[in-house]
Amino acid sequence: MRIKDRIKPHILATPPSGIRKYFDLINEMKDAISLGIGEPDFETPWIIREEGIYSLEKGKTFYSSNAGFIELRREIAAYMARKYNLHYDPAEEILVTVGGSEAIDIALRTFAGPGDEVIIPEPSFVAYKGCAMFCGATPVPLELKDEHQFRIQPEQLEQCITDRTTVIIIAYPNNPTGAIMEYEDYARIVEVLKDKDIIVISDELYAELNYKGKHVSIAQFPEMKDKTIVINGFSKAFAMTGWRIGFACGHPDAMEQMKKIHQYAVMCSPTTAQFAAIEALRNGEPEVRRMVDEYDKRRRVMHDGFNKLGLSCFEPFGAFYCFPCIRSTGLSSDEFCEKLLIEEKVLTVPGNAFGACGEGFVRATYATSIENIREALARIGRFVERVRK
Amino acid sequence: MQQEILEILRTNSRISDEELAVMLDTDVESVKAVIKDMEAKGIITGYKTLIDWEKANQSVVTAFIEVRVTPQRGRGFDKVAERIYQYPQVKACSLMSGGFDLFVVVEGKDMKEVALFVAEKLATIESVLSTSTHFVLKNYKDNGVIFDRNGKDEREAVVL
Repeated sequence: MRIKDRIKPHILATPPSGIRKYFDLINEMKDAISLGIGEPDFETPWIIREEGIYSLEKGKTFYSSNAGFIELRREIAAYMARKYNLHYDPAEEILVTVGGSEAIDIALRTFAGPGDEVIIPEPSFVAYKGCAMFCGATPVPLELKDEHQFRIQPEQLEQCITDRTTVIIIAYPNNPTGAIMEYEDYARIVEVLKDKDIIVISDELYAELNYKGKHVSIAQFPEMKDKTIVINGFSKAFAMTGWRIGFACGHPDAMEQMKKIHQYAVMCSPTTAQFAAIEALRNGEPEVRRMVDEYDKRRRVMHDGFNKLGLSCFEPFGAFYCFPCIRSTGLSSDEFCEKLLIEEKVLTVPGNAFGACGEGFVRATYATSIENIREALARIGRFVERVRK
Repeated sequence: MQQEILEILRTNSRISDEELAVMLDTDVESVKAVIKDMEAKGIITGYKTLIDWEKANQSVVTAFIEVRVTPQRGRGFDKVAERIYQYPQVKACSLMSGGFDLFVVVEGKDMKEVALFVAEKLATIESVLSTSTHFVLKNYKDNGVIFDRNGKDEREAVVL
């Protein structure tokens, strides 16, 4: 028996992430600067870490209830109300998950299956497509455009919807583009979605990292709230990536079924992380502000830098990514990233790793020090000048 | 903008006016003007560098000295503080609440030099009643900066 013959075709058909190969290259290099990692460079704030340590010292090492500690769910409810004016019942409408990633997976498993279509606006975080395929559903890309600042346009959405559409994924502030959607942008697509039997999975992991006004969630529209699963978490906002903790909010009927998958697959999310998360929501706000202010300054430096190098870049108002267009160099995204890494030791990620329509762009993160950003821009400047000659 | 500039300069005084302007989404002239104004008003009193002298292989000994003094009529503690802070060896001098009066930070090239300074200069000032000298053995954190961080990016390659 060949193992490979026994693997299900839809698993084999799911492509691996295109980001990986560059990471293998950079590991061998000295003095390389990575603008490739989609993760805060800050350590988890000490007050939060300390609460996790304290819980271990006290021997709090048991499972929590499947949905997560009720104390944490109450804090999440208060946080969602306070920050985003979204009201959820901690008992029935909130589920604590193993990072936002698990929430995405179980939401898709609950609402997408063989024969269904899942609309995924691209360029996009690589997991949506994979998770949809694992469910046997067909991912349908919605190609976002630079000229729309990578915001979803109602006409595009209309064109993607068929009788088989069961889910649309919405993810703003966005990885990889750094785009946001504002109230009016949502109002226009709500017009399209409000009368359709389509579930919205709204991945709002980067909600805190919005540099232009307040974050807007599609669930704030009353006609959308019941059919939207809001996914949020602690990784990006509180720099808690390794703790693996996030949450999903939505209608009790949805949460009940998602909880079933969660319960059978992972029991509950790590309890040390849950204790730390309670502290994060209670007292972490000033630390979040400090990090957001810092990201904002770096964002301006990087955005300004790319435009000065002639790599045109719309102003990204969210997350911690710039998504400059590199077509003026005459290189493809892959060529650009590979040559840049080998010749100048700067790692960026080719835009097409996030969907075909990302070709012609690269993703660069400013979740790294100002010094690194400055040096990386200088190296990219040298590189671009050479290539254009 | 004044506050924002101070926040940035506090952690990096070498940053250029151009970069400050980009970070704060304003123009270079405004940045220059605000900084000049703060310098004139004495809000910004200087630009220094944080140095880990041990790594620079230069021995610098720092001592924190608690000084008890007799306050002088009509001048309080200011007069004696003035006598103390004039010495170039004194890097900082503050009036304190609690069990002693002046907190004095002294730097010298070795312990002997600092001890001599305390014995010959500080302790002999008329209104100084007593001194208690504490030598710094190791600096863990100074001015908000943690020393001995390896500064290595420990994030691993992950697909996201």
